[in-house]
Amino acid sequence: MRTVYFDHAATTAVDPRVFAEMEPYFVERYGNPSEIHRLGREAREAVDKARAQVAAALGAADKEIVFTSGGTEADNMALSGFLSRLEPGHLIVSAIEHPAVMETARYLMRQNWEVTFAAVDSNGVVDIDAYAAAFRDDTRLVSIMFANNVVGTIEPIRELARIAHEHGAAFHTDAVQAVGAVPIDVADLGVDLLSLSGHKLYGPKGIGALYIKRGTRVAPILHGGGHERRLRSGTENVPGMVGLGAALELAVAELPSQRPRLEALRDRLAQGFRSSIEDTVYLGHPTERLPGNVCISVRFIEGESMVLQLDGKGIAVASGSACASGSLEPSHVILGMGYAAEEAHGSVRLTLGHENTDADVDYFLEVFPPIVARLREMSPLYVKR
Amino acid sequence: MYTDLVMDHFSNPRNVGEVDDPDGAGQIGNPVCGDVMRMTIKVDDDRITDVKFKTFGCGAAVATSSMVTEMVMGKTLDEAAEISNRAVAEALGGLPAQKMHCSNLAADALHLAIEDYLTKAGRAGDVAKVLGKKA
Ligand SMILES: Cc1ncc(COP(=O)(O)O)c(C=O)c1O
Ligand code: FES
Repeated sequence: MRTVYFDHAATTAVDPRVFAEMEPYFVERYGNPSEIHRLGREAREAVDKARAQVAAALGAADKEIVFTSGGTEADNMALSGFLSRLEPGHLIVSAIEHPAVMETARYLMRQNWEVTFAAVDSNGVVDIDAYAAAFRDDTRLVSIMFANNVVGTIEPIRELARIAHEHGAAFHTDAVQAVGAVPIDVADLGVDLLSLSGHKLYGPKGIGALYIKRGTRVAPILHGGGHERRLRSGTENVPGMVGLGAALELAVAELPSQRPRLEALRDRLAQGFRSSIEDTVYLGHPTERLPGNVCISVRFIEGESMVLQLDGKGIAVASGSACASGSLEPSHVILGMGYAAEEAHGSVRLTLGHENTDADVDYFLEVFPPIVARLREMSPLYVKR
Repeated sequence: MYTDLVMDHFSNPRNVGEVDDPDGAGQIGNPVCGDVMRMTIKVDDDRITDVKFKTFGCGAAVATSSMVTEMVMGKTLDEAAEISNRAVAEALGGLPAQKMHCSNLAADALHLAIEDYLTKAGRAGDVAKVLGKKA
């Protein structure tokens, strides 16, 4: 059976060129970068090179990059590590953050921080006026994602960061979905903290990084031997770092060709989807969205059923349906955009990536309409028009 | 996460639709995640001669609906009333813990359809007897 992977927002395959760079660091060059013998020095050089690659990809200085175990840890460090040095006050996060930020904010509420969950409009864009009005004298930090993992909406980060700075607050962005997909320059954006993760950009899982702008003070959240300039203890994941550095370098080099290619595939997929199926809602911003993200709600049917039926045809996709989530809650992102539980229930997220082709889009558009027709036939809510 | 039997009932659901001119119909929504199930039955001499379902829900909800229709086809009302959601889940070889609530829908919709049949037949007084404490 044909296999089509349309779930790149969940994770990506490691690019074989990246894997080739990583491979020697498991069995041959296994040294501990803290040691001064040859194997240790070799590993240290690899870590330094990887850090320089990550820094270059973001327009940052090497010293501004701290490696972490992934996007989740980078987000935790940005929020908890930045705020733990301060007296509890006020924090702003958007209402559609990934759980890595959302749950960290909730944890901080239990540590006496007050949190404003900034509202978004029906396209998923932060409401600037409400956001600007949410600042208080004791607002210390803002965390707003660069691009949303469910609906793909890209936030106006430069403007949001500028407003935060006018109010004397620092600004963090979770750019896990955006790095490698759209151009990012930290100086141009004006952010103080930025999270990224290897496995969303054709690098390995379990490695990520936090950009910490020079002069921004962050306390470690992991204590130990003082690795990563005392910010993140733990023997370095050398192959992971090598993989992240290589993947990011490739992603940035190939972005100018991949981005328009993915945008064209995305738009053809979204258009074909919507013209072949009635009663759908295109979720997210019509233009300000990630190059590979298509998120659509199909009325009268449930997302997990669509995911399973597509899986039966070899196509991997995701859904924001309550039934498809471990918590049985509909996607807080789709609800946060003002939609009802029904829209979340019927949502499917298709996220395209480097290995997808026009033939994949054609295959999807061929097999999906009959699946929808069958499920609607089965739905007590469906009334044929 | 689903057994092969669940996947089979989900991919090839039995008895989908609505019976013509039903003798009883039951529709119920799921308070946990908002799913909806509808069962329609034909009854002859207190025996279920035909049953069909429509379900808006996850794989487990579709599979349990399909399984319930197989289990009650040809059964007496008393026998059908005995079928519990647990029995349906067991017949499917088990369901993941967070999907057990979906099986409630199928048994409940069936019981509502039986109640509807009895009420329409002017035997509302029999509901308690047939459905026991489930009514
Ligand atoms: C927006 C966003 N933030 C954070 C994460 C967490 O990253 P990781 O899986 O590397 O911990 C993800 C991915 O799951 C994500 O999409
Ligand atoms: S019907 Fe929603 S989880 Fe099964």
